[in-house]
Amino acid sequence: MGANLLKTPLYEWHVAHGARMVDFTGWAMPLQYTSIIEEHLAARAACGIADISHMGRLRFEGPGAAVFLACLLTRRVGDLRLGQIRYSLVTNEQGGILDDVLVGYYHDDNSQPFYVVVVNAGNHDKIVRWVGDHLPRELAEVRGEEIVWSDVTRLWAMFAVQGPRSVELLQPLVDVDLQWMRYYRGTPVRILHPAARRQGAIISRTGYTGEDGFELSLGASIARDVWEVLLDMGKPLGVVPTGIGARDTLRLEAGMPLYSHELSEAVNPFEAGLGFACHLVGYDFPGRDALKRIAEQPLQRTRVGLELPGRRIARQGAPLLARGQPTGQVSSGTFSPTLQKSIAMGYVRPEYSEPGTELVVDLRGRMEPARVVELPFYRRQTKGTQE
Amino acid sequence: MTPEQLLYTKTHEWVHVEKGPSGKIATVGISAFAIEALTDLVFIELPPVGQEVQAGKPFGEVESVKAVSDLYSPVDGEIVEVNRAVPENLEILAKDPYGAGWLIKVKLSGEAAPSGLMDYKAYQKQCEEAAEE
Repeated sequence: MGANLLKTPLYEWHVAHGARMVDFTGWAMPLQYTSIIEEHLAARAACGIADISHMGRLRFEGPGAAVFLACLLTRRVGDLRLGQIRYSLVTNEQGGILDDVLVGYYHDDNSQPFYVVVVNAGNHDKIVRWVGDHLPRELAEVRGEEIVWSDVTRLWAMFAVQGPRSVELLQPLVDVDLQWMRYYRGTPVRILHPAARRQGAIISRTGYTGEDGFELSLGASIARDVWEVLLDMGKPLGVVPTGIGARDTLRLEAGMPLYSHELSEAVNPFEAGLGFACHLVGYDFPGRDALKRIAEQPLQRTRVGLELPGRRIARQGAPLLARGQPTGQVSSGTFSPTLQKSIAMGYVRPEYSEPGTELVVDLRGRMEPARVVELPFYRRQTKGTQE
Repeated sequence: MTPEQLLYTKTHEWVHVEKGPSGKIATVGISAFAIEALTDLVFIELPPVGQEVQAGKPFGEVESVKAVSDLYSPVDGEIVEVNRAVPENLEILAKDPYGAGWLIKVKLSGEAAPSGLMDYKAYQKQCEEAAEE
């Protein structure tokens, strides 16, 4: 592994605990500690905690912040209420996807509001440049509309605590009632443990696994101590550390797109199934005019879920065929640990996107059947459906 | 079979050659190091009995959650037996890679001993270097 990789505040912990470290978009990250499948199943059955401190985090504040973000993101943010979080995209002038992000709106200790935009690690530098390019100094200093923004990626660690036992694990450690926190809501909290050294944190009911769970942002200096407290307290609950290998298989089962697989600058939001994240009327952002034009055209391709009857995995780039003709490509694939099936996502021409459509996937020259299925592959049981 | 008694390819297959009544028979498998590196095995494909194999050429493939890899034959010859239990139950590979986890038996086409293979010590050195990368 290259020596120039970025390290999260938990890097030494990962190495000391036998993680297999890999280069993930320039960060040294744990692929797995034991096995991807074991960690995946633990997150579904109990709770997994993942170090996601590589995720880029940008903080915006000042009276002009809401207006500025509205000019940058495809989805309105000005109507966010305190504690609300929203999924959005950043697009280029052609309507291609630069990144998919979460925007949260919070209050700090002095009741000053601020936004946190969470960006993909691999897009961090690009988005930082994009923000700089779109925020000319003059604009940032307009009286009454000042914007202050900072890159807090290296100052804050971030943990994904995901699984049905997440509330049980975290509740004793925070001073807010987690059970009643709604999905896509977040809030500053106190961590009720000496390991946190009286520092605050931000907790949100968000995640990338299809499971109930939370994401916790906390100061880099206390990250390792709090991580160890979580694992200690979680031992009787079946909590395990999970690597980015399981993070990928979990999000795939949940049908969630991943940048550089399902999303890229060559993909527009409509074909990715993310049209809901584009507010084209009454908002202006880079790419809006292009997206308006694209929205009026028939789709050229669309994102689908695929199931293979065999055990082989259809991986990114594998050609998809319909009636002997090329119709698209696989964007991600894995062997689903929960469903015990080979699953994939990919892009196909819209006429072949109906669930039940039989396609063929070319796996290194071997033709295997693949059936279009509804996304997501996995949906957790919610309280109403539990037996 | 103990790992010390086997010969290894650079691509992590092991081989053991025995003299049988009708010629030399090579038993081929994959090393514990390779299985540990792959970890989450989901699929293995083995060829049918009767197929010819060539040293350095693929005879099957093994797939884990992370990646798919070819299996390379260490020897030239004809496959005389295939361990059908392994594709049915991949855990055999992790439990007993040098015994019950053997993959194919090959009747060698020549009398010469297989060449270009490493002994256990040399193979272990290769694995240690790979682990340090």
